[in-house]
Amino acid sequence: MSFSEQFPIVLGSLNTGFLQTLRLFFITLLGAIPLGMVLAVGEMSSFKPLRAVIRTLVWIIRGSPLMIQLLIIFYFPGLVFQTPLWGGGESGRFAAAAVAFVINYACYFCEIFRGGIQGIPVGQDEAGMVLGMKPAQIFFRIKLLQVVKAILPPISNEIITLIKDTSLARIIALQEIIWAGQSFMKGSQGISGAIWPLFFTGVYYLVATGILTIVFAKLEKKLSFFR
Amino acid sequence: MAILEVENIRKSFGSVLVLDDISFSMEKGTVLSIIGSSGSGKTTLLRCLNFLERPDTGIIRVNGETLLDASFPARDFQRNIRLKRLHFGLVFQSFNLFPQYTALENVTLAEKLLAQEKPDWKEKKSEYHRAIEEHGRELLAEMGLQDRMGNYPHQLSGGQCQRVAIARALALNPDILCFDEPTSALDPELTGEVLRVIRGLAERHTTMIIVTHEMAFARDVADEVIFMDGGKICEQGDPKEVFGNPKQERTKQFLSRFSET
Repeated sequence: MSFSEQFPIVLGSLNTGFLQTLRLFFITLLGAIPLGMVLAVGEMSSFKPLRAVIRTLVWIIRGSPLMIQLLIIFYFPGLVFQTPLWGGGESGRFAAAAVAFVINYACYFCEIFRGGIQGIPVGQDEAGMVLGMKPAQIFFRIKLLQVVKAILPPISNEIITLIKDTSLARIIALQEIIWAGQSFMKGSQGISGAIWPLFFTGVYYLVATGILTIVFAKLEKKLSFFR
Repeated sequence: MAILEVENIRKSFGSVLVLDDISFSMEKGTVLSIIGSSGSGKTTLLRCLNFLERPDTGIIRVNGETLLDASFPARDFQRNIRLKRLHFGLVFQSFNLFPQYTALENVTLAEKLLAQEKPDWKEKKSEYHRAIEEHGRELLAEMGLQDRMGNYPHQLSGGQCQRVAIARALALNPDILCFDEPTSALDPELTGEVLRVIRGLAERHTTMIIVTHEMAFARDVADEVIFMDGGKICEQGDPKEVFGNPKQERTKQFLSRFSET
């Protein structure tokens, strides 16, 4: 098969794979951002045992490879408890991957949120307090935008990393774009021994990270009206 | 009747006694200056008055109303603390303006939020807003900032920021306006404009407590001076007396060090 014949077939497979990549990406953001906020609030609570639990969780999750976490979450229920929690097939793999990614990224977001909130000078709280503001008003009307501005660069870093990290789900055979590209090496749809589809997946990542970079630059510019 | 009565305030941080039995009172329309070396407890005293710290013992009364009695449980301290604070205004050493709001918004934000608690807020929202903005504009104009209302804090000089902060504190019409070293974070050439504004407030008989290291200013503007040392009131009285003819050895030492530098 000539390259011009291969190209549309490969493109179709890569598009399907990339759709799965994007699904994992958005589900992770949707789950990890709120969970990260909850963890951050817990980590700042005055209840010591809760802080200790969250700190330990964050240490374990940030301190071990995401790939191991993926493998454990996917295989552990079936191998150890003989209950294949995730079911078979692509949807089971996706659920396991989503859980692993949400927990992993929530821990990173948690630390970014906590740092951002604690980095706001205490004088902002005090100024709000002496002006008779309620705690919720101080948080939402005074601190929140300052926190968002402060955490935007590290958050954009995390999110750009996430789009590439989704490829780790290949290890549990999730049919994301790397898996799709690789399939043409072994043979798929009449194409075999072709490595260029795998290399070509890089173009998708570059486009996605390029778009994210532009979006975050715009957001940062929008928040540059104050310091 | 005294506008402010402070009785037997004590405050420790851990084992360090920062305020040791502070009592004083002041009359409406007067200016009280508090001087003393760093660590003498001046700032902590102001923070107690603004309920940013809870004293271990003591009573704070404003217009005869007991706002704080430390012998009551901590619950009582927290109850209505937000509204108790409104008797006092506080101007910080480091301004603490809200960076994402313009000068005018900094001045009007708190008043707008408080207006939301009024029973007729929903019907008269736009009227309230108009009145509050008008009030904010007047205050900033009084501070000489009529051309700066739309500027963000980072676009203003330190002296301008501090004047916005003063307008912000005045916006809520506090009974007593407190200043915590209002010029200490400013370049020397910018202190003048802030001191002029405070002097103007004194001439209009704004009740003020000013913690300051500007000795000449404290002497000129105050009706009464308190010299604090080691958490105690060491000497108190008419500024001419305290500065011109200090009775305590410690006060003499402190003031002589200032005249040398």
